[in-house]
Amino acid sequence: MNKKKSFNISSFRELLLVGVVLLLCVIWTAMNSQFMSLNNITNILRQGSYTAIAAVGMTMVIVIGEIDLSAGSLVCASGLAGAMVCKNTGNAFLAVITALAVGLLVGCVNGILCAYGKLPGFIATLASMTVLRGLAYIITGGNSVVWQSEAFTSIGTGYIGVIPIPVIIMCVVILFGYIVTSKLKFGRYIYAVGGNSDASKWSGIPVEKVKIIVYMIMGVLTALAGLIITARLGSGQPSAGQNFEMDCITAAVVGGTSMSGGRGKIFGTIVGVLLLTVLTNGMTLVGINTYWQQVLKGVIIVISVLADTRSKGKK
Amino acid sequence: MQHPLLERRTNVSDVIVKMQDISKSFGGIKALDHVQIELRRGEVHALMGENGAGKSTLMKIMTGVYTKDSGTMYLYNEQTKELEEIEMKSPLMAQKHGLSMVFQELNLLENMNIAENIFIGREPGINGVLNRAALNRKAKEELKKVNLDISPETMVDSLSCGQKQCVEIAKALSFQARVVVFDEPTASLSEKESQVLFDIIRDLKSKGVCIVYISHRMEEIFDISDRITVFRNGTFIDTVETKNVSEPDLIQMMIGHEIQADAGKTSDNHVKKNVVMEVKNVKVFPNSHPVHFKLYENEILGFFGLVGAGRTELARIIFGVDPVGEGEIFIQGKQVKISCPQDAIKNGIGLVPEDRKNLGLILGMSVKDNMLISKLQQIKGAFLKNSQLKQITGTYIQDLGISLRNETQEVKELSGGNQQKVVIAKWLAMTPNILIMDEPTRGIDVGAKNEIYALMRRLVNQGKSIIMISSEMAEVMKISDRIIVMHEGSIGGTLSADEITKNNIMQAAFGGNKDE
Repeated sequence: MNKKKSFNISSFRELLLVGVVLLLCVIWTAMNSQFMSLNNITNILRQGSYTAIAAVGMTMVIVIGEIDLSAGSLVCASGLAGAMVCKNTGNAFLAVITALAVGLLVGCVNGILCAYGKLPGFIATLASMTVLRGLAYIITGGNSVVWQSEAFTSIGTGYIGVIPIPVIIMCVVILFGYIVTSKLKFGRYIYAVGGNSDASKWSGIPVEKVKIIVYMIMGVLTALAGLIITARLGSGQPSAGQNFEMDCITAAVVGGTSMSGGRGKIFGTIVGVLLLTVLTNGMTLVGINTYWQQVLKGVIIVISVLADTRSKGKK
Repeated sequence: MQHPLLERRTNVSDVIVKMQDISKSFGGIKALDHVQIELRRGEVHALMGENGAGKSTLMKIMTGVYTKDSGTMYLYNEQTKELEEIEMKSPLMAQKHGLSMVFQELNLLENMNIAENIFIGREPGINGVLNRAALNRKAKEELKKVNLDISPETMVDSLSCGQKQCVEIAKALSFQARVVVFDEPTASLSEKESQVLFDIIRDLKSKGVCIVYISHRMEEIFDISDRITVFRNGTFIDTVETKNVSEPDLIQMMIGHEIQADAGKTSDNHVKKNVVMEVKNVKVFPNSHPVHFKLYENEILGFFGLVGAGRTELARIIFGVDPVGEGEIFIQGKQVKISCPQDAIKNGIGLVPEDRKNLGLILGMSVKDNMLISKLQQIKGAFLKNSQLKQITGTYIQDLGISLRNETQEVKELSGGNQQKVVIAKWLAMTPNILIMDEPTRGIDVGAKNEIYALMRRLVNQGKSIIMISSEMAEVMKISDRIIVMHEGSIGGTLSADEITKNNIMQAAFGGNKDE
């Protein structure tokens, strides 16, 4: 994770989060020495990668002042699309392209509903969430979709050297997200639209286009996560990706992205993902039962956002 | 600066509030440095000074919004007939003692009705059950005091700006107010609404209420105030009787040096110059007469009109925010189609909007980002070219004299004048030929105002054309080479430099000579 060094750690909050992650690591290691094993660390990174990939898109969506509730259903739909193409053609490449195209299309529809239909993102994506989940069950008839291609499976399970392929994809996506938000002109538009969409419009920013493009990025990244999750599961499941969108939103919010738009950083979100993954992994490792894990997760969300609003209040 | 009245003990009962040696800092910056003020029964006390001079801060300390760092506040106690020291801990406590403030930004709940707004938090009723009849009856009484003859059950979001202001005042008065502070009350009011407000103020005064009046508008101050206290940079300068002071004296006290009288306008021969833009057949309101006008090279074309005359609406149409309908817009002789702000920008039009905070700026973003947000689209390539951008922002920060810590500072931390300069810089970076400025100096202090006037003149001399919309007649008269006066969505009159008189403007504004 040396990659992080190149990110601009500007705010105290992000440093604090990194500190909390490290502290958690120390605690878990003290309680179970297995925590720091190469095997487990690889595991954590792989688990985190799914959420991280889509959370990069979710951060952008939240920064423009919207939300995407359809991510979980899209993970399922895009994964199924890939699985079905793979099953019928045996061509992994075609399968990947199809899945990503589904993501792009759904993102585009979400964006258009939101930008030109003037629907709140919450409503537009709530609708597509329901529609996609319904379609998934209709098309599969509730059954799982199994394929034969090794290449397709390796997207979720393969390695390059010692590094799992999902982790490599994650790193590329993080870099992409960082460049888009911090290095491209488009990044300024994202923050401007989220900060004040009227003023952005009056400044000549094509607000509608910006929204649609952000939703399309979100769609493609979600589809990417969907591919990896499906490939790792070994079959396309119409029930896959339940609550996935909530993990992404949680990571972004814990990482300091403001739900009212205009504020948020990719780096923060990634640390947020890391925190949640380390927390879950460690709790499982030391034998805390899953119900208590959920309770603790909730508490963490409240604490982190409270800490954020408090520190802002002091300013 | 002890006033003779104070020394004579017999008149001490005239004083309602006395604040002495008040200091207040925000994050290490002194907002108030040992200032004083004394407010008397039945007076209109104007509080003047440039933005950031500390007027609002002092009043917010008095009304319990802020707590002071040091100093003493005395309040007249009606029972003991003595001035007693008091520590104002909250706005509620201040209201209970009869000290109310009508805020610059209206503080009404838009989604509730008038009566609910006036008595919010003190609704009549027993055991938490709201007595709506009593509420409406009491509200009606309060509304009567401000001459607002509408049902107390009217929703606030359906009121005009002036009516909202009246509701605010009614709310302030409902606390048996002894002192009412008005912070820039007429900034969003039409001439007529302002007159209503002044009538209310005179009425309150006659009932012994003390009015503190914060305003940048000289005419109003001289019209209505009895005494004037001037602050400069957080320090107390003087308290004077209005009748003993002249406008130049007052400006002198506020800024510490004389301001340049005029920015040297070119008074003649714009008729021979190139037409930069021509607007034809634009209907501002569905039923108004269509508007035609020409904008020449090197001119500042002033747009005056009473509130509701349709000036801002016209600007929105030209800038592509609202549809142009049957209207036609020609730039440099060629007809152009403007259906969104991007089209306007492509045609070299910039707009400094009236509502700076909501339409001009993205408050949570840095000065740098705000200045560049429009410019970025003119720059080729997808990546931000930081060195080039830094050069652009640096140039304008220096050129316009924007005072800030550094360019990554959030724009909401700047003063009104500096914020406006950022908006202007944003447009200048685009090198527009036509700049529309809607109320460019609203809520800006005298010093910054003059800087903006000088800047406008400089731009025009460089070959640009400016349309300036303003509700301040003095400003329009001072700055414009030519004035178009609007009346109910159409042009009430066009005045060339030698025709610009107060009388001509007012006549046109009230629809005097329509056929022009």
